[in-house]
Amino acid sequence: MISRRRLLSLAGAGALLAACGSNTGRGGNGQALEQWYHAYGEPGVQQAVERYAKAYTKTQVDVQWNPGDYDSKLATSLLSDGGPDVFESTPQISSVRAGQLVPLDDVFGDARSDFSASILDTHTVDGKIYGIPQAVDMQMLFYRKSLFVQAGVRPPSTVDELIDAARRLTTGSVKGLFAGNDGGGGVLGGPALWSAGLDYVRDHQVGFDDPLAATAIGKLRELYTSGGLLLGAVKDWAEPDAFAQGLVAMQWTGLWAVPAVQKALGDDFGVLPFPSLREGGSASVPVGAFGAMVNAKSKRIDEAKDFVRWLWIEKTDYQEDFNLSYGFHIPPRRSISEKASKLTTGAAADAVKFVRDNAKASNPPDWTSVMRTAFNDAVSRVVRDGAPADAELRGAADVARGELKRLYG
Amino acid sequence: MRHGRAFWLFVGPFAAGLLVFVYVPIGWSLLLSFFDARNTVTPTEFVGLRNYADMLTDGPFLSSLGTFSVFAAFIVPLTFVLALALALLVNQISFMQAFFRSVFFLPTACSYVVASLVWKLSIFNGLRSGVANTVLGWFGADPVAWTVSTSPPWYWLVLVTLRLWLQLGFYMILFIAGLQRIPVVLYEAAALDGARSLQAFRFVTLPQLRTTSVAVLLLLLIGAYQAFDEFYNVLGTDRGYPPFARPPLIYLYYTALGSGGQDFGHGSAGAVILTLLIVGVTLLQGRVVRR
Repeated sequence: MISRRRLLSLAGAGALLAACGSNTGRGGNGQALEQWYHAYGEPGVQQAVERYAKAYTKTQVDVQWNPGDYDSKLATSLLSDGGPDVFESTPQISSVRAGQLVPLDDVFGDARSDFSASILDTHTVDGKIYGIPQAVDMQMLFYRKSLFVQAGVRPPSTVDELIDAARRLTTGSVKGLFAGNDGGGGVLGGPALWSAGLDYVRDHQVGFDDPLAATAIGKLRELYTSGGLLLGAVKDWAEPDAFAQGLVAMQWTGLWAVPAVQKALGDDFGVLPFPSLREGGSASVPVGAFGAMVNAKSKRIDEAKDFVRWLWIEKTDYQEDFNLSYGFHIPPRRSISEKASKLTTGAAADAVKFVRDNAKASNPPDWTSVMRTAFNDAVSRVVRDGAPADAELRGAADVARGELKRLYG
Repeated sequence: MRHGRAFWLFVGPFAAGLLVFVYVPIGWSLLLSFFDARNTVTPTEFVGLRNYADMLTDGPFLSSLGTFSVFAAFIVPLTFVLALALALLVNQISFMQAFFRSVFFLPTACSYVVASLVWKLSIFNGLRSGVANTVLGWFGADPVAWTVSTSPPWYWLVLVTLRLWLQLGFYMILFIAGLQRIPVVLYEAAALDGARSLQAFRFVTLPQLRTTSVAVLLLLLIGAYQAFDEFYNVLGTDRGYPPFARPPLIYLYYTALGSGGQDFGHGSAGAVILTLLIVGVTLLQGRVVRR
């Protein structure tokens, strides 16, 4: 039992700690670099990044861990002078045009060719690189092998086969597929475009201004009305709970879910990319990577660049630790990902192969929030309300065209 | 009037807070609405009324204003009538009145976010094991995807019951306070004149509650247009917010603070339009009710 005096001393210590921990958004006496991360869900990441920062001897680095709506918080802080010196994010053309980010081309040096080109592209705006990719994340389709064998269904290689599989694997309390609580429109909109050989934006032009886009998005409506979708699960698509608990035969989620699924199902599962619309087309997986960036308003840009070079270019052992010791990410550098033993077998090896062969940028820098809202609204209306796909997508394409004209003239 | 030091000691901090955190931001927002203010709060490119013109021709924004005018027309009278009914019932019972008052008032103390999560994840999830679907299952009905399905739009049931549960108690208390201020002699006089209970309600209670009613209607109306918390938490996902049941504030939130581009010019213009709309509807309502 805790005595009253001990309790009081604990309370005192707590107050003291709270006082120390009060973060004003500026590094203490102005001597320390401030580095921001969003809150990774995997235990141990926070301790790891704090350990890395402490190991840097040239400058003191304070790590701030940001639970909650990180994107909004970061975007707001970049407007003021009180933002972090170094932070993780994916570059957006709006931040680049507003002069908020420091180009990091000169930080890479010889290591540049070691980064996979498709990942570097997602950090490149107007020909300059603004982020050093830290960890690659990707989404894919998880399927339960035993249920497929039982139902006599082949793993789908076209979108029609996917819809058919979802329907046929639906039995009583088990649904065929879970692709998010919005009915799949949110996470599968991009993959549906790619399945038809289209994209969000391509060479500064609208990438889905094509009759085939309506067919592809129409397939999501077909999936939604097939009766094979799980709708309204307790955890959304990013968590593998529905799949791991046996509520569905397939789930669209991410590489990060592999350890949890393995724990629950052993090796009774496989992974697939999103299939192509037609036989002979190409499959796809959405890929994105948080990168380390430097705030253009930082008063110590050179020190910040030195630090990110040290942490994300030179310290390759930290990158391996960061990517593979806690959750499950693919190191963006081939020299690391190719020799990582965790990535050479099973679902992880498949994922690495998908990223090599089928990667599509999940969030390209010039896919702005205005375009995204217009596109997602259109897809949602098609999928959930049965609105005509061609008219809806034409409307979204008009909005996107206006935005692209504003951006590129 | 001369104010002493004590006056400023008490009023000063509050007034300063109000100035710095309310009036300055409002003024700043008004200023931003006339500029092209993308990813900056210190813009340089003056665009006049262009942001306003854009917002007034912006389909999603107009549809959100429309949706929430309908929502207000529905939720305001409903909450009003139910809160009044509850107040009359609780006010009439002669035993455990304090208990019932507290029971109905208690949900007001619950956070919108917490209640939203309970509604979304526990009561109205789409699984067979969800509370609502379990009840449906007793009658042999198939599970319903409450927050997903748009035809029929079951999500309104989720959102409206949530809002009622959270709000009713508070407005009930306002009405009870109003009811207890009505002098008993009025009812006695009405009874002597032969008024039945319904007539007493119509000719004594309702007119006497006028000030309370106006206040309640006003609060409800503003609340309806300011809807954000429960909508954001029930229907929002990491992929953004669906195009239906999208409150104006959520649309503006994504415009001004969405990831992938902060557009404070358009966001502020939308906020000003929304404010003017609320003021307009409130004035109109005040005129109608007072008549």
